[in-house]
Amino acid sequence: MAFGTIKNVRKVFGVSELGSRANEPVVALDDASFTFEKGELVALLGPSGCGKTTLLRIVAGLIAKTSGSVNIGGREVDSPVGDYGFVFQAPSLMPWRSVIDNVLFPMEILKRNDNAARARAVELLELVGLGSFHRARPHQLSGGMQQRVSLCRALIHKPNLLLMDEPFGALDELTRLEMNDLLLRVRKETGASVLFVTHSISEAVYLADKVIVFSRRPARVSQRIDVVLPSPRTQAVRFTPAFTQAERAASEALGVVPHVEAEAS
Amino acid sequence: MNARAITRVGYPLAGLVIILVAWTLACWLGRLPTVVLPTPDKVLYSFIKYFPMLMEEGWVTLKETLYGFGLALILGVPMAVAIANSRTLNLMFYPLLVALQSVPKVALAPIILVWLGPGLESKLAIAWLVAFFPIIVDTAAGLRSTPKELLELANSLNASRWQILTKVQFPAALPFVMTGAKVAITLAVIGAVIGEFVGSSEGLGFLLLTATSQLDTPLAFAALFALSLIGLLVYLLVEGVELLIAPWLPPAPERH
Repeated sequence: MAFGTIKNVRKVFGVSELGSRANEPVVALDDASFTFEKGELVALLGPSGCGKTTLLRIVAGLIAKTSGSVNIGGREVDSPVGDYGFVFQAPSLMPWRSVIDNVLFPMEILKRNDNAARARAVELLELVGLGSFHRARPHQLSGGMQQRVSLCRALIHKPNLLLMDEPFGALDELTRLEMNDLLLRVRKETGASVLFVTHSISEAVYLADKVIVFSRRPARVSQRIDVVLPSPRTQAVRFTPAFTQAERAASEALGVVPHVEAEAS
Repeated sequence: MNARAITRVGYPLAGLVIILVAWTLACWLGRLPTVVLPTPDKVLYSFIKYFPMLMEEGWVTLKETLYGFGLALILGVPMAVAIANSRTLNLMFYPLLVALQSVPKVALAPIILVWLGPGLESKLAIAWLVAFFPIIVDTAAGLRSTPKELLELANSLNASRWQILTKVQFPAALPFVMTGAKVAITLAVIGAVIGEFVGSSEGLGFLLLTATSQLDTPLAFAALFALSLIGLLVYLLVEGVELLIAPWLPPAPERH
């Protein structure tokens, strides 16, 4: 059995969940199914508002699904399990904590904030190139640096699953490429599975072993694309035919370019 | 002196000089008698002459202010936590709080005096009453505006409600609490003086009343001056505490 199985997950937000202005329920996610193996990086790709973020929160156990099943590591998820890492679009650091204390926040919550945790925090910060910024406050760092701290925070408790919600969406292109490579490196060192929400086709293809393409509302999985690229991936991979082909497949699935049957090559 | 120091010190000083000159000119040109508007030098003379008495009465007012403010802080923050975290409590008490806030505290002062007598307690109570509202409203607003992602992060780690409150919500609300505290402490000075006006035998408010009833306007102005010094002092005190416990706050102009 696969490490993670998402099966027929459906989410309808009721009127009460949506707040006072809504007058009818909204189908945020209509029938999402896919599986992934341990250590795989899965990109959830789709237009804005297609429910991929909702799916991520369902997998995290933060919101309840309407129907379907989520099984991670042999455990059915319907409430937070406490050992996933979460990276948001904004770095969401705590301005009152130093960089290292931000990284150690999950360990405090899990009551495992010991010397070993501290050593690991130092190691992680080293890994993302922030070795000399332990004592800095978040506001002293650039956006990209803050997001690296956020990544360390998500990894400190050795989660077996990393959930990333458009983590590099707010960064400039060059920083984003840099962060992509950093993520690939970090993933190799930690061996965690990653669910990565993005609306960038090239980012999805560059990072993922598998791209799950979502259609616009009603949001459902429209296609699963396996990305086979030479390993280790470097930026040069972007200019290979395999990369272009995968990008094309994803674009077709999104309806960005028309589908071409059996393209002559 | 560099340009920055000139801007920081020189400009306010220049402003003060302009006001003092205008004040003096108004007294001379309008031929205003001292009992209506004393010239600045007469006020200064009075301030120096009665300095020990001003200190003594000022100390009384300062004590009333700090006690009232302290009590507002001790009671206001836990109540804000309760209101921000419970929909039921919020619905039950928030409208009452707003209603209470719209009652002019001056109107309540005589009643409080009847209840608590002319001593320190009644002044403390009035200072508390005016300081309480900004603290509870700002703290509750701060607790409610915790960034959603931080709550999600804590929840994804199965954090307890106590952990969320102490490690996420409250620190995130601290800038709001401090903003409320700054408003509250200056209001507390006013509350204490209102209490002294309505009935007391000491404090700067009392001194102010006595001085005006004896037509000693320079002394009344000196007392006013002392009052504003107290206001400034307590404000700086709160700001100092803020720097001490929340040095991570961005510089003031960015905050609003």
